Amino acid sequence: MPDAVSITVNGAGIMVPSGTTALAAILSTGASTVRRSVSGALRGPLCGMGVCFECRATVNRRRHSRTCEILCAPGMDIRTGNYAEEHVDG
Amino acid sequence: MKLPVYDVLIIGAGIVGAACATACAAEGLSVGVVEAEIIGGGATAAGMGHLVVMDDSEAQFALTRYSQTLWQRLSAELPPDVEYEGCGTIWVAADAEEMRAVTEKRYFYESRGVPAEILDARALHEAEPNLRAGLPGGLLVPQDAVIYAPCAARFFIEQAQSRGAQLHHPRVVTEIAPDGVRLDDGTSIVAQSIVVAAGTWSAKLLPGIEVRKREGHLVITDRYPGFVRHQLVELGYLRSAHSLTSESVAFNIQPRKTGQMLLGSSRQFDKDSTAVDHAILGRMIARAEEFIPDLGCLSAIRTWTGFRAATPDKLPLIGPMPGYENLFLATGHEGLGITTSLGTARLLVDQLLQRTSEIPTAPYLPGRVYENVHA
Repeated sequence: MPDAVSITVNGAGIMVPSGTTALAAILSTGASTVRRSVSGALRGPLCGMGVCFECRATVNRRRHSRTCEILCAPGMDIRTGNYAEEHVDG
Repeated sequence: MKLPVYDVLIIGAGIVGAACATACAAEGLSVGVVEAEIIGGGATAAGMGHLVVMDDSEAQFALTRYSQTLWQRLSAELPPDVEYEGCGTIWVAADAEEMRAVTEKRYFYESRGVPAEILDARALHEAEPNLRAGLPGGLLVPQDAVIYAPCAARFFIEQAQSRGAQLHHPRVVTEIAPDGVRLDDGTSIVAQSIVVAAGTWSAKLLPGIEVRKREGHLVITDRYPGFVRHQLVELGYLRSAHSLTSESVAFNIQPRKTGQMLLGSSRQFDKDSTAVDHAILGRMIARAEEFIPDLGCLSAIRTWTGFRAATPDKLPLIGPMPGYENLFLATGHEGLGITTSLGTARLLVDQLLQRTSEIPTAPYLPGRVYENVHA
């Protein structure tokens, strides 16, 4: 893969093309949701441009990151939904 | 047209007016409340909702401690949306000199029956791992608490209504008359006694009383449960709160029951705009980052401002207004109105009924500053 970037999504290593957003990387694993709301409902991306806050996930341990606004960088650690809740520190 | 005659008419349904309303109604008095905008929508909604015992003067201590014990007693009755959380306060020392002040502060509290525990550097780090390494310690005051104040104001108004009180809302008082008040719709309300609990609007209603607007900025973050666990206030906070002339900032962060972090505090006099001033907001956040280096990893979702009702001697105005027949004040609580609303209501009711209060009332009487303004 030309200019591929190695990252992890929920602990699993994947390669994505350079310039891929963290959100696109999440979706490339087959997921369509990224988190649960306060009331427990599954939530997924909507606007794709940083406005709706629906695509929030933990990126490099930074919670509530808008994944549609972040480009994948080598070694990036992306965690979504329950995985992020259960793996806060490790 | 004249509306009903009340024993007591309260102007303002912020937390102070609301607490006064339900306390008066509980005594069997007929109560009317006039609110111009939203119940608890002024300083009540803008502030942090920190229930805190203060040690900056004996009078401030007496009223905050009295009020805090009233809140503790009431806490089991509060509805869930008031979000009462007995998280305690940690007064954080920034250096060795402030750590010596921690010892004095502990003595002040303990000698007056308020539990307080000195945390050394290690205990502080264990209690609050997100505080920066190397801080010498702090003082934990475990009985302090946090509430969501606008819901408390609404609860007090509903409780007052269930005790027979009438709410006139939204109505603006345009004039205080000897026998009651006139409203913006041209009607009048007749009342035996009038209580001005209008916060920063009090000076507009009663020209001559000295209640100044002291603006504060606040920031609330997304949900980060456990990021801090106690209300954290820098020990140097009083230096900021007591500088009467300049604008100042101090580190003050509060964990909300929702997992959100609420960040203060700033103080600026004589500003009328509610617009966020990014220069002072930046200073406030920078000050907080000196204590919590990872603060910048949190996502802020809203910033806003509010106005404290400040008096020249830092104490509220509670009691009869000299020079008027049956006009009472319950205002000027600056940054402590959420805490002291319950104590204020008790003192006010005692004065309306000419009873002796559980704490000395003289430090709060309007007569200490005003001598027959109107006479």
